[in-house]
Amino acid sequence: MSENNKPRRDFIKLSAMTLGGVGAASLAIPFISSMNPGKDTLALASTEIDLAPLEEGQSLTVIWRGKPVFIKHRTKKEIEDAKNTSLTDLIDAEEDSVRVQNDKWLVVLGVCTHLGCVPLGQKVSDTKGDFGGWFCPCHGSHYDTSGRIRKGPAPTNLPVPPYVFLTDNRIKIG
Amino acid sequence: MSSNDLQGYKKTLNSPYTGIKGWIDSRLPLIRMMEAEYLKFPVPKSLNYFWSFGGIAMFCLIGLILTGIFLGFHYKPSADDAFDSVERIMRDVSFGWLIRYLHANLVSFFFIATFIHIFRALYFGSYKAPRELVYIFGLTMFMLMMATAFLGYTLPWGQMSYWGATVITNLFSAIPVVGDAILTLLLGDFTVGDSAVNRFYVLHWLLAFAIVGLVVFHVITLHMTGSNNPTGSEPQSWDETVSFHPYVTIKDLNAAIFFFIILAFILFYYPNILGHSDNYIKANPMVTPAHIVPEWYFLPFYAILRAIPDKLGGVLAMFGSILALGLLPWLDTSKVRSCLFRPVWRICVLLFAVNFLVLMYMGGKPAEGIYVLISRIGTAYWFLFIFVLAPLVGFLETPRQPLTISNYLQSKKA
Repeated sequence: MSENNKPRRDFIKLSAMTLGGVGAASLAIPFISSMNPGKDTLALASTEIDLAPLEEGQSLTVIWRGKPVFIKHRTKKEIEDAKNTSLTDLIDAEEDSVRVQNDKWLVVLGVCTHLGCVPLGQKVSDTKGDFGGWFCPCHGSHYDTSGRIRKGPAPTNLPVPPYVFLTDNRIKIG
Repeated sequence: MSSNDLQGYKKTLNSPYTGIKGWIDSRLPLIRMMEAEYLKFPVPKSLNYFWSFGGIAMFCLIGLILTGIFLGFHYKPSADDAFDSVERIMRDVSFGWLIRYLHANLVSFFFIATFIHIFRALYFGSYKAPRELVYIFGLTMFMLMMATAFLGYTLPWGQMSYWGATVITNLFSAIPVVGDAILTLLLGDFTVGDSAVNRFYVLHWLLAFAIVGLVVFHVITLHMTGSNNPTGSEPQSWDETVSFHPYVTIKDLNAAIFFFIILAFILFYYPNILGHSDNYIKANPMVTPAHIVPEWYFLPFYAILRAIPDKLGGVLAMFGSILALGLLPWLDTSKVRSCLFRPVWRICVLLFAVNFLVLMYMGGKPAEGIYVLISRIGTAYWFLFIFVLAPLVGFLETPRQPLTISNYLQSKKA
C-alpha cells in the first residue's frame, strides 16, 4: 500500500466502524425500551377516590401505580401551619398554595423522597414527626402538614401526583 | 515462514500422553493444562492457613450454584407466588428446608471467606505488582457477589426483601435529572413489584455465572505470577516451593472441613440467626418495617451510605469505598509487600480491619446520635487509609529487610 492510500483506507475503516456503531446502538433501542413499564402496567395508571367519608383531621391511603398516595383532610390549624411557614425555613422551598387545589385537601405521594419508604402519620396513633405531618422511620425524615421536607436526609418534598376534582367530593389521580 | 518451521511449531502442540488420554489431550489440551496448573504447579512452601480461603470461597460458590439449581426447580418469580413458593419449599418440598437453609447460610459463609481472603491480600501485600490484575478481578467478583446476594435476598418476597429492594433500587434515583426514569426502566414499573421480581430472578442467575467466569480470569492471572506468601518474597528456587498437589490440595481441604463444620453448626442449630425475622412476613407495599436492616455482610457499606448527610454523596461514598480499594496497588508506594516487615503500615491495615468491624456494627444501629458520629469517623478512616496513608506511609516508613522464604521458615523453627 502506498502512502497516498493510507488516509483513504483510514476513512473506510472509520466510516465502517461508525456505521456499525450506529447500527448496534439502534438495535439496542427496542431491547432497552422493552424494560420499561408495559401497556398493561400503564393502563392501571389512574385511580378515582370518593372523599365524602373523610372527616376533618382524617387521612386516607390509596394505591396509585402501586404506590401509596396520602389524602389528608386538613384541620384549620394544619392549614394555618402550612400557610404561615416562612419559605426560608424550608429545605425545598415551595408555597403551600402551589401544592394543593383546595386548602382542605392535601394529596401527596406517600413515598419518602430519600429512599422510598412509606412515612408514618396516616393513622391517628402514628408519630407525626416534629412538624405535625409525617415521619419516615427508615432514616428519620420529618414532613410538615403540607408534605414538605423539614428535617432529615430526604432531599425534596413529598411529590404531588397529577389529579383533578371531578366533583367537590371526588378526585381522579393520574 | 518455511514449512520446516511450521512442522516444528506443530510438534510443540503434541500431547505428552499416549492412549485414550493422548487421543483426547491432543484434541482438547485440558488434561495437560490441569496437570500443569493444578498438580505440578509450584507454590511457595511458606503459605499459611490464610491462603486457604480462596479455595474455601470457591467451594462456597459451587455449593451456592448447586443448591440454587434445586431451589429454582420450585421457586416462582412473581409478586403473587414468590413468598408462597418459598414457604412451600420450606414445608412441603422433600428436604426443601435443608436446601434453602444451606443456600441462605452458604452466602454468609461465602462472605466470611471472602472478607478474610481480602484481608489476607491487604496484610501480606498480595495486591502489589505484579498481581494487580489478580486483585482487580477479585474486587470485581466481590462487587458482583454483593449484587447477586442483594438480588437473591429480594426473591423470597418478605417484608425485608421488599423494603430492602425498595431502598437499594432507590439509590439510582440519586442520579441527577434522569434518576427516576432510570429507576422506572430498571424496575419495569413505578415501584418494586411483579416485573422487578421476575427480572431480579433472571439477573440473580446471570450474575452468579458471571462470577464463575471471573473466577477463571482470577486464577489465570494468579497462575501467571504465582501465589504470594507471608514473606512477600518471590521463591528463588524450586527448593522454596512445593507442588500444588498434594500439599495445597490437602491443606485447603483440611481448612475447608473445619470451616464447613462451623457452617453445619449454624445450619442445623441456628439456621435463621443470620437472617431477619421480618422476612417471614409477606411483602406489604403499604407498610414499611420500623427498622430496615440489610443483611449483615452489607452493614459496613450501609454505614458509609448513611454517614454522608447527602443522598447523592452517600451513594457515591458507598460505591466509591470499594472502587477506591482497586487503586491501592498504585497508591501504595512501598517496595516491601508484606506487613511482617512494615511496622507502620501493619498498624494501618489492622486498624482498617477493626474499622471494618466497627462500621459493620454501626450499620446495624439506627442512624442517630453517637452512631452517626462513629460511622463518619469510620468512613473518614476508610478513605484516609487508601488515599493518604497508603502513599504517605510507603514514603516515610523504614521497612525491615524482608526474609527469604527459607530464612523465614528457619526463623519460625528457632
